Amino acid sequence: MEHLALLTFVRGPALDWSLGLCAAGIILRLFETLGLGRKADLAKPRDDGPGSGWQTIFTRSIPPAGMFRRDPLTYVAGYVFHFGLLATIVLFVPHIEVIRGVFGVSWPGLPGPLVDVLTVASLVALILLLVHRFYSPVKRLLSGIDDYLSWVLTFLPLLTGYLAFHHLLLEYTLMLAVHIISVELLLVILPFTKLFHSVSLWFSRWYNGDINARKGVAS
Amino acid sequence: MAQSKHTNTLPRTVGEGLARRGVSRREFLQFCTTLASMMALPPAMAQTLAQAISKARRQSVIWLSFQECTGCTESLTRSHSPTLENLIFDLISLDYHHTLQAASATAAEEAREQAMKDNFGKYLLVVDGSVPMANPGYSTIAGISNVDMLVETAKGAAAIVAVGSCAAFGGLPKAKPNPTGAVAISDIIHDKPIINVSGCPPIPVVMTGVLAHFLTFGEIPELDPLGRPKAFYGETIHDHCYRRPFYDQGKFAETFDDAGARDGWCLYKLGCKGPVTYNACATLKWNDGTSFPIQSGHPCLGCSEPNFWDAGRFYQAVSMPITPVEGLAGAAAAAGAVAGVAVTWHNRSKKAQAKSAHVTLGVQDLKK
Amino acid sequence: MSPAGIPSGQATLERGLNAFREVIDAPVASFFSSCVHCGLCAQACLFYTETGDAKYTPIRKLEPLRRVWQQEYTLLGRVQKLLGLAKPVTDAELEEWSPLVYDSCSMCGRCSMVCPVGNDITLMIRRMREGMAASGHAPEGLIEATSRAVESGSPAGVKWATVQAQIKRMTTQFGIEIPVNRQGVDYLVLMSSWEILNYPEYLGAVGKIMKQAGATWTLCDHAYEATNSGIQIGASDLARVLVGRIVAAAEELKVKCVISPECGHAYSAIRWEGPNLMGRKFGFEVKHILEVLDDFRSSGRLKLKGTLDKPLTYHDPCQISRRGGVYEQPRTLLHDFAPQFKEMSDAGVMNWCCGGGGGVSANERAEPLRFIAFKRKKAQLEELGVKTMVTACANCRVVMEEALEHYHMDIELLGLTELVAEHLEHDNEVAS
Repeated sequence: MEHLALLTFVRGPALDWSLGLCAAGIILRLFETLGLGRKADLAKPRDDGPGSGWQTIFTRSIPPAGMFRRDPLTYVAGYVFHFGLLATIVLFVPHIEVIRGVFGVSWPGLPGPLVDVLTVASLVALILLLVHRFYSPVKRLLSGIDDYLSWVLTFLPLLTGYLAFHHLLLEYTLMLAVHIISVELLLVILPFTKLFHSVSLWFSRWYNGDINARKGVAS
Repeated sequence: MAQSKHTNTLPRTVGEGLARRGVSRREFLQFCTTLASMMALPPAMAQTLAQAISKARRQSVIWLSFQECTGCTESLTRSHSPTLENLIFDLISLDYHHTLQAASATAAEEAREQAMKDNFGKYLLVVDGSVPMANPGYSTIAGISNVDMLVETAKGAAAIVAVGSCAAFGGLPKAKPNPTGAVAISDIIHDKPIINVSGCPPIPVVMTGVLAHFLTFGEIPELDPLGRPKAFYGETIHDHCYRRPFYDQGKFAETFDDAGARDGWCLYKLGCKGPVTYNACATLKWNDGTSFPIQSGHPCLGCSEPNFWDAGRFYQAVSMPITPVEGLAGAAAAAGAVAGVAVTWHNRSKKAQAKSAHVTLGVQDLKK
Repeated sequence: MSPAGIPSGQATLERGLNAFREVIDAPVASFFSSCVHCGLCAQACLFYTETGDAKYTPIRKLEPLRRVWQQEYTLLGRVQKLLGLAKPVTDAELEEWSPLVYDSCSMCGRCSMVCPVGNDITLMIRRMREGMAASGHAPEGLIEATSRAVESGSPAGVKWATVQAQIKRMTTQFGIEIPVNRQGVDYLVLMSSWEILNYPEYLGAVGKIMKQAGATWTLCDHAYEATNSGIQIGASDLARVLVGRIVAAAEELKVKCVISPECGHAYSAIRWEGPNLMGRKFGFEVKHILEVLDDFRSSGRLKLKGTLDKPLTYHDPCQISRRGGVYEQPRTLLHDFAPQFKEMSDAGVMNWCCGGGGGVSANERAEPLRFIAFKRKKAQLEELGVKTMVTACANCRVVMEEALEHYHMDIELLGLTELVAEHLEHDNEVAS
């Protein structure tokens, strides 16, 4: 298929479908998860204690005392990857334009070369995490198809975006189309893999914080 | 067709014609040197080019105009203010051209048929405009449909040059919903070499370069996968755009008259299709190198690419989604909610079922 | 009552799976959805850190429950099941998982504190045990303890007669009155079997403190056991029976507050799970003895004198500190009379488990693993270099005494309430 026509297709109907399926999938999963509800806790809570569900949403991003040195790689590579991914998505002008096209809001972006550096850092972090997943007995025992598929779906948009920006591998228009396709794949599959944690972890953290705050512990 | 004012006889060669118009040998050689370098030919070729063009005679060219706006003709021939390119073109013996020829009606068609007969297998067929296939009656010349005329005229052509995006790719008439069923020349003719000189319109010197190559080497220049001469269509506007540093630094004009626009910042956000458009505008520019759209403050439309009319709005960045998503978002959310409610209902009833199936555990139930 | 297909009086896989279905709610579903297999929970779990065995990874201990959630409560999982792509949970699998759920987990709660996506893995272990118990996969020692608790009132088979003997001793030793079945008092005092058997001085200490504070209190001869094996084995029906006895007594005697003794799970059972098991809020308060001591201290009713002037540290019982919220009070009290009180590493809500909570100490099968897990506490003590450790849970005391002996460590283990009682400022103490 001619490259610009492919690009037009992935920017058009393909994007519509993937955004739609992603949104529908997320809403379905939210109902599926939260719809089970939880029984009211009849034990008298401590109302003077520290902590809350809302607080844990934020504080859980900080490693608890003593944990960092037990697995610094997971923490550091995890932070670099997540921060880098988020930054490349929301602070790169072409992406901000996509967001403006979908949601109507926009904000200033970072210079291209800086986003470049963040992309490379994220890619390196992802590779390190994959290697660790193979070699760490704990992670290896926990890992299955979901983990490896999710890794590929996350790695490809970063890689293809980098290749497109630098006009590498394929002709630019085609590379850009491939990049957008890789994002669309990620969107469609996200609600049905562990990548859904991007939505559900806020609820999990809130539940955790709430349960513990009632007992007077900031978790 | 423009005739020499000096003599009643037509010049025998291009060189003779140029001399008669007062073009000095040095001027001409300089032009050929520039042309050689534009086509990425070695400097020594300049002489060869000069000789070939000078000696060129009666390279019969038949120009067919189909569903077109005449912009390509205007750009290439500039009949109101000819340049050197125009002259060369002029002198290549344009045997048939709607806009430029003096003859009309049957006389014109006869001229075409005669030229075809006289130069069968050797004439160059230049086409601008798309061909309507939904109903051939949409565009006819002397009662002959475009497709019929094209097929017939192509038979004796040495090569075909599809000038302009309409002839090369279908152009404006092909834009959704394509009511005339417009197609490109290459969709109809498959047995002749076709050079697509796309652009809306194309840059004049590209045409000259193609012609010069053909005259010199007797064959068409190296083409890209879309059939466009690589020398001119090998790189994108973005690759050579003088505003590229602003793109790299993330400095974009937000509107057409904001401070950024006035400072000449990148027009990406205003919808510039430079990154996905292959043409030589950023280097060769227009009107003898005066300017090009971006330099004038307008984003590139991507006019040398197929289906550029349908590749998202002109003032919408390349990365933006093409169709508006608001309605879609509502539909998707609704679909998800419906499915979600159904699943939740199922989950809760399953849990309630489990609860009612619960048999109170006694200590005797702890062992199997 | 026995719905068709489920025979009563027997543990079956179906009853276990049914229990799994019952316990899954929005938080559990959210937790399973959020897990990204990062393995950090293992780094917080002493059973993993001291063995290096990846099978002890906390979230992995929940795998059978997770599969039930996926296959029964998610669309994708149900589709997979329909297509024959789902691996069912089998009896053999639950058998294999029993040591993971019961031996290598004390429900200490550290994993729940470190999971980056916020999963409360401990809560899920508690829930999973419902299915394990109902399918007959709880460890034998715990089954026996629970049976004894339900049938005789104490998991160790301690009868009222034994309590009476201790009452007599304490009355004589300390010259205090120990009321039984008194109505309308401030506090109903409970004890754990460990205290009755191993640390009877606890009762005397409580008596002395109550006397000085001028508080009214009582024991109850048909509700003296605070521990709850039902919680440990994970059988809410049985936990309800056990806690119900206390609730009934508290209401019958019309007490204002029930005091949970120095025992970890007892506190969880009455304070946090109690009202939910009974399905109603309590009309009385529930406090840990340390909370009561702290109350007395704040209101000036606890007058201390003298010091315990040697380097000592405090071990945070998991169910009291991290899972109970009572972590400041012991420190406030210790600072009053222990000038050389030093904190061990990770002190407070992130302290490390003694390794024997959550039913592990009642489970003989788990003993070797429990001793290995104690290496974490051992390391903490060696790093600190003290010879005296104070705690406020009788189970921790028993477990740690055994372990300290196992490792030939010369460390003194003291109970906080007793220490406080020893430092009371009062007039008429009869020497023993």
